[in-house]
Amino acid sequence: MADNWKEKLYEPEGELIKVENVNFSGPEPHIEGEELITIDSVDLSYSGKTGPIKALENIHFNIYPGEFICVLGPSGCGKSTLLKIIAGFIKPTAGSIKLDGEEIKGTDWHRGVVFQHPPLYEWYSVRSNVAFGPKMRKVPKNEYEPLVDEYLEKVGLSEFANKKIYELSGGMKQRVSIARALINDPEILLMDEPFGALDALTRESVQDLTRKIWWDTGKTIFFITHDVEEALLLASRVIVLSRHPGRVIEDIPVNFSRQIIEEEADDIKFTPEFYKYREKLLKLINAQR
Amino acid sequence: MKKPKIELYLSIITVAAIIIAWFVATSSGSVDQLFIPSPKSVWESFLTIWRDGYKGSTLLQHLGTSMKRLVIAYLLCVVTAVPAGLISGYNSKVRALIEPIIEFYRPLPPLAYYTILTLWMGIDEESKLALLYLAGFAPIYISCVAGVIRIKEDYINGALTLGANKRQIFFYVIFPAALTDVFTGLRTALGVEYTTLVAAEMVAATAGIGWMVLDASKYLRSDIVFMGVIIMGITGILLDKIIQLVEKQVIHWKGRN
Repeated sequence: MADNWKEKLYEPEGELIKVENVNFSGPEPHIEGEELITIDSVDLSYSGKTGPIKALENIHFNIYPGEFICVLGPSGCGKSTLLKIIAGFIKPTAGSIKLDGEEIKGTDWHRGVVFQHPPLYEWYSVRSNVAFGPKMRKVPKNEYEPLVDEYLEKVGLSEFANKKIYELSGGMKQRVSIARALINDPEILLMDEPFGALDALTRESVQDLTRKIWWDTGKTIFFITHDVEEALLLASRVIVLSRHPGRVIEDIPVNFSRQIIEEEADDIKFTPEFYKYREKLLKLINAQR
Repeated sequence: MKKPKIELYLSIITVAAIIIAWFVATSSGSVDQLFIPSPKSVWESFLTIWRDGYKGSTLLQHLGTSMKRLVIAYLLCVVTAVPAGLISGYNSKVRALIEPIIEFYRPLPPLAYYTILTLWMGIDEESKLALLYLAGFAPIYISCVAGVIRIKEDYINGALTLGANKRQIFFYVIFPAALTDVFTGLRTALGVEYTTLVAAEMVAATAGIGWMVLDASKYLRSDIVFMGVIIMGITGILLDKIIQLVEKQVIHWKGRN
């Protein structure tokens, strides 16, 4: 699909993002018929002591190829539940969810997942952890071996290939986790608050890495976070969920991530535009408490 | 994990204190040799039996008879209880089939059902092996089940998102992840089987280290009884150390995550 997805992503009008755009909550920025994932009126309830409790209500949006969607929301808004539904770990109570027009049934390798606490296999080396996917899928060894090197290189862990998992820091573990999910070339990468447990400096470096991978590979990313700044620094589109039950209350395109890459605007988070977006989203989320 | 030096010395002091107390108590002559034989007489009975054997068999033959029973029953346990436990942990239906049996006989003292086993299989080796097998099966089975149930859901979900099927998950994820608990079960089982073995030999046997001790006690040879008990103790420690050593080799990541 070449590079045209980048153009379609979001057309900035003129200079930087205008403050007026902050109130953008209109139709989705994309064309019909190109949806990667269609989430159609999804509800999810689970049974509580006093009858069913609704976790998600009428979730309805599409995910398009090449998007970097960040889902924001107060804790307990069901944002991780939404990711689990897309991954196929749980079934929605109502509604449908499709990948490339086909109903998602159960979990498979077409949707890679990066968990908050990376469930890496301690009994394997870093290398074998990354090779796990292709090995399970019976890809011939001589085919996946170069891929393992390539993805270790991508996440900057080439020198750590033969280390044991317990020898790695938290940030490195998350890098292995990203490489392990990407090597399968999934249609979408689902990331569930992946950097929540990391210290500020490490977090910044893995955010940069994630952004770079998104831009270089054109991979579609669905990213859950409770950190407004993180969402704005990474996303091409931010979706905000309400608290109890989770409903989509905001869906806005953003352009900071792209600017950081294209214009090397590393200090973008100190600009008034960024500040406005941040304020608006914070207010939205805080109003949910 | 390396034992810090000071703790090692403290352990040595405990052992030394017991041995010194033993010397002092027996050399003063205030204790009857029947109740506590002197270290010297115990050592001498060890030398005599090492040279001449006890009732037709050498000491090593007695010990060997016991170890043979133990090892055969233990290996049978390992090859059956580990898979049964892991599969039961993975599949709740299999667990529902097996668990009632385990739950029923596990709290029973092994000697209670030993009488039934001797009734069915006679007084020879078969009934003893069956007894040890049953005694060892339960702890291994239970810790294997617990080990699988304890595995974090994300380990399995993660494997699914990477393209593993159910069978692959069992061999490449469940089994290694449960290994720590498997070894806990293996150690417990070895201890239980060893105590059961000695008890069984005391009830019915014509050879074995447990039988030797019981037989000697009938003739009030407390020197031999003491010697036998000490050998059992040391053997027990050695067996446990062997398992620990194997565990350390296999689970290189233990305690480091």
